[in-house]
Amino acid sequence: MSLSATDLAPLAAPAAQRIALRDVRKTFQLKPGQSVTLDGRSSDRIPVLSGVDLDIPQGAFVTVVGPSGSGKSVLLDIIAGLTEPSGGTAAIDGRKVARPHPETAYVFQQYALFPWRTALQNIEYPLEVRGVGRAARRERARHFLHLFGLKGFEDRYPSQLSGGMQQRVAIARALATDPQVLLMDEPFAALDAQTRDILQSELLRIWEQIRTTVVFVTHSIDEAIFLADRIVVMTARPAQVKETIAVDLPRPRDIDIRNSDAFNAYRVRVWDALREEVSKAQRDWALAAAYNA
Amino acid sequence: MTLATDNSTDIPPRVWWSRPAFLPAPSSLRHAISAIGLGLPALLVLALAWELAPRLGWINSIFFPPLSQVLAALGEMIGSGLLAQHIGISLQRAAIGFGLAVAVALPLGLLMGRYALFEKVSDFLVQALRNTSQFALLPVFILVLGIGEASKIAITFYAAVFFLLVNTIVGVKSVDPLHLKAARSMGTSDWNLFRKVILPSAIPSIVAGARLGVKSSLFSVIAAEMLAAQSGIGYLIQNSSLMLETDRMYAGILTLTVIGFLLNYALVAFEARATRWRASEDKGFA
Repeated sequence: MSLSATDLAPLAAPAAQRIALRDVRKTFQLKPGQSVTLDGRSSDRIPVLSGVDLDIPQGAFVTVVGPSGSGKSVLLDIIAGLTEPSGGTAAIDGRKVARPHPETAYVFQQYALFPWRTALQNIEYPLEVRGVGRAARRERARHFLHLFGLKGFEDRYPSQLSGGMQQRVAIARALATDPQVLLMDEPFAALDAQTRDILQSELLRIWEQIRTTVVFVTHSIDEAIFLADRIVVMTARPAQVKETIAVDLPRPRDIDIRNSDAFNAYRVRVWDALREEVSKAQRDWALAAAYNA
Repeated sequence: MTLATDNSTDIPPRVWWSRPAFLPAPSSLRHAISAIGLGLPALLVLALAWELAPRLGWINSIFFPPLSQVLAALGEMIGSGLLAQHIGISLQRAAIGFGLAVAVALPLGLLMGRYALFEKVSDFLVQALRNTSQFALLPVFILVLGIGEASKIAITFYAAVFFLLVNTIVGVKSVDPLHLKAARSMGTSDWNLFRKVILPSAIPSIVAGARLGVKSSLFSVIAAEMLAAQSGIGYLIQNSSLMLETDRMYAGILTLTVIGFLLNYALVAFEARATRWRASEDKGFA
């Protein structure tokens, strides 16, 4: 492997920070004629992120919790290179993110599978747009489909799969390119509780083999603790990082770990950090409804 | 049929013959047969009335010859190859016009559906043209393009292009923003976004527009041939009428009915195939 001087320069910092966010800000401009009332004043701009600083080391599993509408998804979009920050920078491996990074993959709450493609063809898609040959990408897609226990479902269309299966396909699609960074935006929120538990364990099982860097947004405190090395708690809008909580639970983790005292202690801690922000956010609900629309 | 000695084995039945893709599924075939079976009596009554009414002198057999005489004329025209020749010419005109319409409407519709500015610039023009009847324009086509093939192809083009264009625009606009976002997150280029996401999203709408466009093209070419042509099935019908060869006229009309019927069946089958990922949504687990 050879790196030129220009490649090395930004990496001078010794810690292997895969993702570095510096004072990331985002303000949404409303459409002409629309306005909201913020702190008693009328405005056509909504600040969503107000200076997020965050370092995520290589191979870490980080979960992000925060009240509804605190800009967690926007933060993922910025790391993914899908949205430009209004201020500050997001960097992956020391390089500023300006467009979707080829080493980043994104998993959405609503699966976002292409309905006109079969399960296998969906997983092939990112390989296809990268120019991987037909036979090689088919082979690879099949491997990932089997990894998620979906052997025999290659030729099913998404509409013929259950929600849990669709999300498995979506995660397989994300992993098919060997991403360095995996962004997950409440991927299990639309699933029933049992499927959700199963998929959390499946995700951990596979992640422990590949150890890619994961940023996982969730509303569930239990999910945040169960999966994470670190939990990032966001404040209410306009959001900043309120607190980062290291989760020191042994791996591999079993679902029963949730009944342990240690787990419960984390539950209390995360909820303590969140409580105040959630009640702040509730006062902000009318606004949240307006800009989620 | 043999009984398995060990009933715990779960071997699927051996398939001796698998249905080629171009044949309809057995269930849809059964459905079609039962539909024809139920509809047949009404058709037979009409055929019988057609045969008897002129024979019994209820209507003038010069204007309305009995069905058997029409079928005889039809057989004679098939035998002489005259019918195939006229059908071929009509279908060729419709196909060329429709093909040109696809070539124009698809790229234009993708651009108009995707880029708001492009649509604003062209929308008024498209609306004005769309609401002008292709038949009203036939004299214009003839003046500009001459009495030959070009004017006939122009009218079939005009008849189909707006169905395709409008449905392409609607299809492009209906693309799920989440699919666009997912595609962009996977590093899809603009060109691939059109080809691999926007176009497939729009296919159900485009195919529905194509179905209307094909019919419109065919009907328009018939009308154009009746008004100004020396060949084609429309000319055959019109000319037979002028010559008072009413049996041949009805034979031509019957031919059109059959063509329209078959074409519609083919288009419905094509539409079902092009959107089978979507149709399965209604059926749930297959």
